Amino acid sequence: MKQDKIIQIALTIVALSAISSLVLITVFVFKEGLPIILRVGAKDFFLSGDWYPGEGKFGIMNMIIGSLAVTAGAIIIGAVFGLGCAVVLTQFAPRQLVVILKPAIEVLAGIPSVVYGFIGVVVLVPLVREYLGGPGLSILTSSIVLGIMVLPTITSISVDVIQAVPKSYRDGAIALGATRWQTTHMVILKAAKSGILAAFILGMGRAIGETMAVIMVAGNALELPHSILDPVRTLTSNIALEMGYAAGEHRQALFATGVTLFVIIMILNTIALTISRRSAGKAAKK
Amino acid sequence: MTIMVSGHEYSIFFSVCGKAAVYQPQHRSIGFLLLFVFLIFFAGCKDSSDRPVNVIGSTSIQPFAELLAEEFLKINPDETIDVQGGGSTAGIQAIANEIADIGMCSRTLKEEENSVDTAIEIARDGLAVVVHKSNPVNDLTIEQIQMLFSGQIQNWKSLGGNDMPVRLIMREEGSGTREAFIKLVMDKKIVSRKALVQESNGAVKELVRLDPAAVGYMSLGLVGEELKSLHVNGVEPLAEQVKSGKYKLSRPFLFVLKTNSQLRPQAQEFIDFVLSDLGQKILESEGLIRVK
Amino acid sequence: MKITPAASQRFVVAFLWLITSITLLVLLFIIGYILVHGLGHINWSFLTESSRRMGREGGIFPMIVGTILVTGLAVIIAAPVGVLTTIYLTEYTREGKLTSIIRFGTDCLAAIPSIIFGLFGFVFFVVVLRMGFSIISGALTLAIMVLPTIIRTSEEAIRAVPKSYREVSYGLGSTRWQMVTKVVLKSALPGIGTGIVLSIGRCISETAAVMLTAGSALRMPDSPFASVRTLSLHFYILSREGISMENAYATASVLIITILVINVIAYLLMRRLAAKVR
Repeated sequence: MKQDKIIQIALTIVALSAISSLVLITVFVFKEGLPIILRVGAKDFFLSGDWYPGEGKFGIMNMIIGSLAVTAGAIIIGAVFGLGCAVVLTQFAPRQLVVILKPAIEVLAGIPSVVYGFIGVVVLVPLVREYLGGPGLSILTSSIVLGIMVLPTITSISVDVIQAVPKSYRDGAIALGATRWQTTHMVILKAAKSGILAAFILGMGRAIGETMAVIMVAGNALELPHSILDPVRTLTSNIALEMGYAAGEHRQALFATGVTLFVIIMILNTIALTISRRSAGKAAKK
Repeated sequence: MTIMVSGHEYSIFFSVCGKAAVYQPQHRSIGFLLLFVFLIFFAGCKDSSDRPVNVIGSTSIQPFAELLAEEFLKINPDETIDVQGGGSTAGIQAIANEIADIGMCSRTLKEEENSVDTAIEIARDGLAVVVHKSNPVNDLTIEQIQMLFSGQIQNWKSLGGNDMPVRLIMREEGSGTREAFIKLVMDKKIVSRKALVQESNGAVKELVRLDPAAVGYMSLGLVGEELKSLHVNGVEPLAEQVKSGKYKLSRPFLFVLKTNSQLRPQAQEFIDFVLSDLGQKILESEGLIRVK
Repeated sequence: MKITPAASQRFVVAFLWLITSITLLVLLFIIGYILVHGLGHINWSFLTESSRRMGREGGIFPMIVGTILVTGLAVIIAAPVGVLTTIYLTEYTREGKLTSIIRFGTDCLAAIPSIIFGLFGFVFFVVVLRMGFSIISGALTLAIMVLPTIIRTSEEAIRAVPKSYREVSYGLGSTRWQMVTKVVLKSALPGIGTGIVLSIGRCISETAAVMLTAGSALRMPDSPFASVRTLSLHFYILSREGISMENAYATASVLIITILVINVIAYLLMRRLAAKVR
């Protein structure tokens, strides 16, 4: 059994690579980004909207707000459409149709984000400008594009959690004379509630981290937006826009933008994990 | 030992002396092919300094440099030139780190750059202020453009245009086009934060083409038929007006070299080509203003 | 007027179907829009020539090679690491502190946006390890990015292998390693394959991370340390700079077709797995 022991040790080392990559990423991004936050001062960095890298002013408040606004819009669209699709797939669609619908929605997840951004620019932006006003590059446009992009994430996780609801729940409700829809929203969705919530939060994470599509449709203006038809700059687009040129403090400030994004994502992720673990625990008890 | 993989229009050669695959799309005859293999074999083995000439920097100059490189290679088929974008500032950093032989910069050098780098002007470029075709405004002074971009003028009506809010379109921080514009027009005034920021000439063009309220700026050579470029201080933006100095918004296109280091002969040859009559003619035919 | 449950059901179900149809239409529209504008420009020379004049003329052969090299290398690195991690998690240890740390790390890694991978790859591989903008920097960055996908899908596949298989294998006197390689991995292969195929798809469609690590050189790569431009980045640059809309659409069509093929392969593998479990 000596050989077995060696294999086990080797495997343990390999298995630690995921977590060590995570540590490495964290260390390097923070090492590059933290000093400038400390130098500028957290208050001026996070709570000021003055981003003038040429003059050493690095305030990212407007971008944080921009990211949150775009993400909120995306999650509303993604949630309605994503959950809607998941309910149809699990409750109402005939089997033969599910075989087509499900892979189709998975294809949506595979389309490159640059293609989404491009379609957004050539199709959606002119429509918004024409019929709703504003420059067309806006919170609304970005929200729609991102909403479509996070939809597959929300749908596939929701399908999984809905399918995990014991069949007896549904049979019981139907036996009591409830309609299919009553069963769905009163019993099944209620039972799957926390799992679906976790799906929304993971979708939020994806939306807030998306870069290339947003750069193309958000407009990237530094001004604080006043309506959903105003352009915004997000944290991600700030990094990708200026990274190519940046040096010195400016580059550090872009890494600091990355640090901010990283922290927001980790918070969202931890919330999602906690929720889904709790719901998994509940399901196991029952 | 040479392994040859040959397809319809392309061939890849792997030669022994490192430097592996060299790619050449347009050869037809076997004789040329063999000659080519022969050349690579010896050229590749000559010495280690035989890496391609790296030209990195401004995305405004990049298309012109690509074109020049292609023409240069027609005359000197045994050399390789790599042209990459990244932006003016990135180009200057690249020569400082010795990643690049030549940096491309589409603005004048800053003081701290001037002390370590030498700039060679390869052409001048006019900066056109562009609006939608339907915009009735034809002529603005530099002061008016400044007031537009600093946000003091918010409606086209105050400039004699339609009653529409002005939509400013800027390039991103660090772009040579942006820095040249700020230096020529803004005179220490801060650009309005309402300005949309786009990361390429193409994106600016697309926005202005479709939005009746938009105003942006770009290389004169890139404007094309679909946009309207404004007269500045009464002068039409034309190559000859830039050359005579009557049109004020112009900037140099620079090749930047490190002052205290020896330029490789291949890089020198390329620069000589660009400054030659043929090179300058190519630039001129692309809408730039020749300097020689 | 009181709405009966049956009426409200009809209304809601109609609404849900509307939503689903819109989603499908959006998908069809995106694919159709790109293919209609792009398919006409794809021909043999477009696929096999290098670009000229920044991609305004010529083809996309160097980008195809670049994409294959970066993606291939990334998956070659990530797949063994991912599968071995899964074997460790499922066969070689009991659930405990270490496994939950590994799982947490994997989940976090999965949540990190690609631009952060790009930033990390840029400082770590490009600058600190002095690999420059290169195939290898891009591939290593993408390898870390897809690691969680591979771990998750192979874990699902390996857990789906019935316990009885393992017992029979032990009963025949094989060691644990033999059991894992000969029995478990073999029956989990379609599932692991799905994970790998999905990772290939993710690598191909990634733009932000490769932009900051692999660079954007148009030339044919001649070593692992050469900078390349992947197809999706090429599409981005072509369409954004307005260099050539025809070539941009054609490049996007190549991307979309590749993604569709990849999805079909993943789907078929998944069905084989499902059939096996049943």
